[in-house]
Amino acid sequence: MAVSTRAATAGGTVAAAEIIGRVPATRRRDWSGAIAHAILIASVVMLAFPLYYAFVISTQTLDEVTSLPPKLVPSTHMLQNYADAWTRAKMGRLLLNSAIVALAVAIGKIAISLLSAFAIVYFNFPGKQLVFWMIFITLMLPVPVRIVSTYQVISVLGWVDTYWGLTVPLMASATGTFLFRQFYQTIPDSLAEAAQLDGAGPLRFLWSFLLPLSKANIAALFVILFVYGWNDYLWPLIVTNSPEMRTAVIGIDSLIPRTSQLPEWNVAMAAAMMVLLPPVVVIVVMQRWFVKGLIETEK
Amino acid sequence: MKRSTLSMLAAAVLLVALPATSIAATEIQFWHAMTAVLGERVNEIAAKFNASQSDYVVKAVHKGSYAETLTAAVAAYRAKQPPHIVQVYEVGTQTMLSSGAVYPVYQLMKDNGVSIDWNDLIGPVKSYYSTGGNLYSMAFNSSTPILFYNKDLFKKAGLADKAPTTWDEVEGMAKKLHAAGVKCAYGSAWPSWVLVENMHGYHDQPFADHANGFDGLATTLKINGPFGVKMMELLARGAKEGWFTYGGRANKAEALMTAGECGIFTTSSAYIGNLTRAAEGKFAWGTGSLPRLSGFAQGNSIIGGATLWVMKGAKPEEYKGVAQFFKFVASTENQAWWAGVTGYLPLTNAATKALEASGHYTKNPNQKTAVNQMNAGKTTPNSQGIRLGNFTSVRDAIEEQMEYIFSGNKTAKQGLDDAVAKSNEILKEFAALYK
Amino acid sequence: MKRTVFPNRWLPYALVAPQLAVTIAFFFWPAFDSLRLSLYRASPFGDRLIFIGLGNFERLLADPAYFRSVATSFVFSALVTVLGLAVALLLAALANAKIRGLAIYRTLLLWPYGIAPAIAGVIWLFVFHPSFGVLPYVLSFVTAYQFNWFLKGWVALTLIVVAAIWKQFGYNLAFYLAGLQAIPGSVLEAASVDGAGPIRRFFAITFPLLSPVTFFLFTLNMTFSFFETFGLVHAVTQGGPGDATSILVFRAWKDGFEGLQLGYSAAQSVLLMLLVVALTAAQFRFAEKKVTY
Repeated sequence: MAVSTRAATAGGTVAAAEIIGRVPATRRRDWSGAIAHAILIASVVMLAFPLYYAFVISTQTLDEVTSLPPKLVPSTHMLQNYADAWTRAKMGRLLLNSAIVALAVAIGKIAISLLSAFAIVYFNFPGKQLVFWMIFITLMLPVPVRIVSTYQVISVLGWVDTYWGLTVPLMASATGTFLFRQFYQTIPDSLAEAAQLDGAGPLRFLWSFLLPLSKANIAALFVILFVYGWNDYLWPLIVTNSPEMRTAVIGIDSLIPRTSQLPEWNVAMAAAMMVLLPPVVVIVVMQRWFVKGLIETEK
Repeated sequence: MKRSTLSMLAAAVLLVALPATSIAATEIQFWHAMTAVLGERVNEIAAKFNASQSDYVVKAVHKGSYAETLTAAVAAYRAKQPPHIVQVYEVGTQTMLSSGAVYPVYQLMKDNGVSIDWNDLIGPVKSYYSTGGNLYSMAFNSSTPILFYNKDLFKKAGLADKAPTTWDEVEGMAKKLHAAGVKCAYGSAWPSWVLVENMHGYHDQPFADHANGFDGLATTLKINGPFGVKMMELLARGAKEGWFTYGGRANKAEALMTAGECGIFTTSSAYIGNLTRAAEGKFAWGTGSLPRLSGFAQGNSIIGGATLWVMKGAKPEEYKGVAQFFKFVASTENQAWWAGVTGYLPLTNAATKALEASGHYTKNPNQKTAVNQMNAGKTTPNSQGIRLGNFTSVRDAIEEQMEYIFSGNKTAKQGLDDAVAKSNEILKEFAALYK
Repeated sequence: MKRTVFPNRWLPYALVAPQLAVTIAFFFWPAFDSLRLSLYRASPFGDRLIFIGLGNFERLLADPAYFRSVATSFVFSALVTVLGLAVALLLAALANAKIRGLAIYRTLLLWPYGIAPAIAGVIWLFVFHPSFGVLPYVLSFVTAYQFNWFLKGWVALTLIVVAAIWKQFGYNLAFYLAGLQAIPGSVLEAASVDGAGPIRRFFAITFPLLSPVTFFLFTLNMTFSFFETFGLVHAVTQGGPGDATSILVFRAWKDGFEGLQLGYSAAQSVLLMLLVVALTAAQFRFAEKKVTY
């Protein structure tokens, strides 16, 4: 069994694109390839259909929305609906807020996790185990479980309805620290030894050696955290009151036709499209590193 | 010639000089939960007040739904930065009254030397928000449920263009509508508020003990008596036979009426504004009073909506501004304007008369329905209102059971008994805080 | 373990300080406060705080509605996790062949991960809409049954399960595909030479070799369905009809932030924490035994 140690770890999940050339060509009949294509295409279509349908709705007029049978071809009202959604929900501000939160959480968390993981792996200090466990425990309690009290803390700090309140509490958990810790542990000892022999201090080592090696992990974590920060619902709902501080996912709530308003699903879908686009784009653009960075680290 | 030019010059100089010498206005924070058209009206009335004088500036801030606005106020109060005025829904009344965090309106007005004729407030509004004859929160947007009907669908089913007045009539008409293929023969929004709370008050039936919470903290609901069960059984029958379509909690079901699918519909009178806009050019509709169940006494419908509460913790000169704002809002002219453009009840008798005199009701007869209904009713201890602690959770518990009843999973009696059991527990929790 | 370490004394503390600060301020302080608050009966505005010991917990554990919520959460989680993984694994196995363009497929399958559960919910809400949605319309040709999710609990639950699975599906599929592609063909060939049919090959070799991926995806989907679906429920069903979709996290939020029963909500948070700790511990125990690396 000629398998690399990498393939044997983490359940043998190595990025498909990387090894696709190296998998020994098994003797499969031709139509198995066709089946594979068929299944994958069917999956892609199945996944994409609701989104496509939502897009179609976002281009329709109100009458088209409420009439049956449902039309499956885009209509002509697109610009009007998007403009409507933009002004009515004050999308510009909402999207800006979401961007700030997503970027701040991603960058902030990466920075502090990196430093902590570095300290835990490359230093021995009294209380190290305690620190490790303190950080580990946060994985057990996602925000929803401590909402009431976190909110009280925020109000005492005066951070309700502020960017601080929106971003800093989301940086408290340990997922990033673990990712980096696992990764640092796979780095050969010889590297640190060599650096020390060269006279490099720990910070130099971090900056010149570890960081460049961590690129894939940083990228993967960035994608995860950006999507998480952009899409988080519960926390922004609780910590903001003013419409101008809300993030996009909850800000479009006012556009969803719930009640006595006109069933303007076309405008609601236009808003939904605008909100889901940035994180999806981030995933599409960075997905190579995303999969690579996650798969290569033991969970 | 010369004199007038001189005076014009003088006036011009004064106009330029005046802003430079005016003092900064005191800002008043007013948190509310109104959206869309109603939100615009709130901004309008604040703007009118600001333009009418230069000492105070009211800043109207939309904080989300009623529940979110209250939560925001609670959080702000705990962080020692409460708004001056907060709009709280009627369900939050007991919470506000027990909190020790409010500055009663009658006290505020007295302390600031503003006199308002409290007796001119319409009966149901006054009784709901007063304790011992004194008004605790400022009436602002009150509504009451009424009946709406789709004239086009009535024609389709061969019904006369007349609103039903009894539940028997509703049942008969709804059956005909259902037979004619109408998707939602009868529907209702605000399930608990309309079909349980209001129906009890409308028929002079008690909703909770201690006179619905007015004589002390209520700890027991009384909605599983003969009246409550009879009402629920009628609706359960309707759901089973298909002529009553349940459309969800809060005002979710209004979507059905807006889409022109409902023949008969009961919901807040405040729905008139939205329905007028939505139905324009699509279908004709009319209104009527809530239907009655025969064999029970005459009470009155209960108001819903919200009022303005004043929070403690601000400075005396700021409270002066709040008092002035309230005086402005309560003036006959502004009351008439507000009721006219929003569809909410005019809160003073004087305002009602003004609207009549101006011919507003002739042009908008549907807006008079709610007023007529309230005037035709009798205010009794059972219909003065409902004051419960943790009312939001109680309403939830009731609506949860209603959903079980309407889907056929529980009998009316069983569902109501369970609702009472759950609600009593919630009420006792609240009462235990203040014993 | 090996480990060359750096000798500095104060630097490590400085490095962990930011994370510790945030963790203490926004995790430990609220967690302890939650614990403390759960022992009190609290009035919304803070004017009354009465110590009642385990009173809130007693109330919860005596309430059949609470256990219903626990059941609903488990059912929901189980459906999302098991169905999501099973279908993904099945399709991945069928699609596991040496084909070109796998990277493109992966891109096309992963993107729903970027959609917020609430948004996915809103889209599916419209697809399921009793009046205008395409799904009831199509189904109306098959049956006269009214798929009114306002009234029928199971329809509402189906709605959120579908929306949640849809969102996670591509992610599960992509990871299983990668896992399958990493299994050396020689192992499977050897088995087939031995006379093992495809199904036997799958269960005896492929599935065990995939167990780390399964474990990873299982944990991820479980956590997702317990917590991150709050937005989905809040935006779509608000816990209804009745309490058919009232998952634990939604209930805790609602009692605290709408019902303003802070102590009671804090008690629910504490119980949720214990539940998660138990689940995570159980998972790791199970993994230690069953997952083959």
